[in-house]
Amino acid sequence: MIELTQVRKVFPGGVTALDGVDLTIPDGEIHGIVGRSGAGKSTLIRCLTGLDSATSGSITIDGVDLGRVRGAELMTARRSIGMVFQHVNLLDSRTAAKNIAHPLEIAGVPAAARKRRVDELLELVGLADRAESYPAQLSGGQKQRVGIARALAAEPRVLLCDEPTSALDAATTRQILELIRELRDRLGITVVIITHEMGVVREACDAVSLLTEGSIERTGRLLDVISDTSTPLSKELIALPPISAMEPGETLVEVLVTAGSRLADVGRLFSLLAEHGVEAPVEAGTVETIQGAQIGRLHLRPDDAATAEGIRRVLVEQGVHAEVTTAAQVRAFADEHQAADAEEENQ
Amino acid sequence: MIIAAQDGLFLENEVFANQLPAAILETIFMTAATGLIVALLGLPLGIALHNLGPRGLAPRSATYRVVSILVDIGRSIPFIVLMISLIPFTRFMVGTALGWQAAVVPLSVGAIPFFARLVENALREVDAGKVEAVKMMGASSRHIMRQVQVREALPGIVGGFTVTLVALISYTAMAGAVGGGGLGALAYNYGYQRYQGDTMLACVVLLVIIVAILQWTGDRVSRTIDHR
Ligand SMILES: Nc1ncnc2c1ncn2[C@@H]1O[C@H](COP(=O)(O)OP(=O)(O)OP(=O)(O)O)[C@@H](O)[C@H]1O
Ligand SMILES: [Mg+2]
Repeated sequence: MIELTQVRKVFPGGVTALDGVDLTIPDGEIHGIVGRSGAGKSTLIRCLTGLDSATSGSITIDGVDLGRVRGAELMTARRSIGMVFQHVNLLDSRTAAKNIAHPLEIAGVPAAARKRRVDELLELVGLADRAESYPAQLSGGQKQRVGIARALAAEPRVLLCDEPTSALDAATTRQILELIRELRDRLGITVVIITHEMGVVREACDAVSLLTEGSIERTGRLLDVISDTSTPLSKELIALPPISAMEPGETLVEVLVTAGSRLADVGRLFSLLAEHGVEAPVEAGTVETIQGAQIGRLHLRPDDAATAEGIRRVLVEQGVHAEVTTAAQVRAFADEHQAADAEEENQ
Repeated sequence: MIIAAQDGLFLENEVFANQLPAAILETIFMTAATGLIVALLGLPLGIALHNLGPRGLAPRSATYRVVSILVDIGRSIPFIVLMISLIPFTRFMVGTALGWQAAVVPLSVGAIPFFARLVENALREVDAGKVEAVKMMGASSRHIMRQVQVREALPGIVGGFTVTLVALISYTAMAGAVGGGGLGALAYNYGYQRYQGDTMLACVVLLVIIVAILQWTGDRVSRTIDHR
């Protein structure tokens, strides 16, 4: 279990990177931490590992505070943590295979067993044919995969990943995330994934926390956070493409169908609206199955304000979240929160 | 060959047959022995400097400053002064202050701090992230120094060692002029004091060749171990 209580980190020079972080991550959970650039995500993970020490507060992994223990105790504690770095940090003087073998060398695993494990891991990350390549001869994504294999080599109890997939294409990202989930299912490891890609959270995480200016603004099980429309995180997690062909003042209904609604599925929504005579064209929409539950987000574009209000009333009755707004407001939100993500997902 | 003409043909100069081979060997021995000592002592000193420094594994700012000043003093004393002032120490170490063996002592004392600084600089170039990644594997400081810092900086360290050896060659020549033997002594005793232009020329050419070979070898080694 990972536990943070009132963690503060003030860098010499006065930058407060973490400002009272409280977070509990139970064993076997895959926990996503999202937040804007500079929110303190890397700092948080560095404090977790004892690479940096918190100014105040306590951080423990399985009861051990890595910022406080020293020497042999710290070394032992770190061997049960695998870490994937934002900047990969492979050793240029070692081949891919030797980089992956490194934690095993340190743990004193005999050469034959080491070789077997490294071959297995290379296979796992799809780089069996690049075992003898040096990092300089690998692409960014390949390096990242070597970094992930290296983090997993010593079968850690906890896997900490700082932007593990930011250099990977969609297919490889999916493979890596599947791999992480599978490892969790098989070995019961606890995983923390720092990411700015909401897709990673949707696909891999059981729970998610939003870090804003050094403190946790929202944390919870993924489905709960998505269903909670009172915070922007919900909209960010299930993003829609930007509105292009609407006048700023035009009325729009924002709809979110979650596991909590009484609709059998998102398709039922349209027949329901038709029955009530309040139909509207769809401006944009996305439907996803997350952890077995169907989640749908729609932007409907009714002709007039009365229809909009009608739609809202019908849907709210069914436990569906619906909100009447304007194109301008939706655009403003997007500009503020999800510009980067929407771009990524359009690609 | 205006210089050579004053003394007749190169081949008639008996210094060439009698003294040149020995002088070449002396220069090589002097450089090799000093190089070995400098590598053995300068490398650890460089590693210590880096790791005591602000970005090292065990920063100790006071100790760092003291060691740093000592190293700079060692580097800034003119070699000729160092050589003369070290005579008692040299006598104590090798029993004499003359000959190439004796020259090794001041040469080493001068070159160790020089090389140590170059090592420190090479280690500083190693990305802190690499050190952190290996720390996270639960590695000891000893392991990090050997397998990460030195190994990753090795191309730079080899480059620094080459620079040190090349500098040493020119210092061996200076040492030669004051009783250290080698090509420098030959150039000084015959080329300068006895106006043998051809001896002087031969010594200079040989020194240039030795330097070129060293530099070429150093570059090659550095390139083979550099996988960046
Ligand atoms: N060593 C440091 N010294 C001083 N300030 C720092 C240091 N490291 C980080 N900061 C500051 O702390 C804040 C949080 O940085 P951090 O690297 O944790 O952000 P992040 O959430 O990981 O961002 P990104 O998504 O861009 O990686 C930033 O304002 C940064 O400038
Ligand atoms: Mg970061």
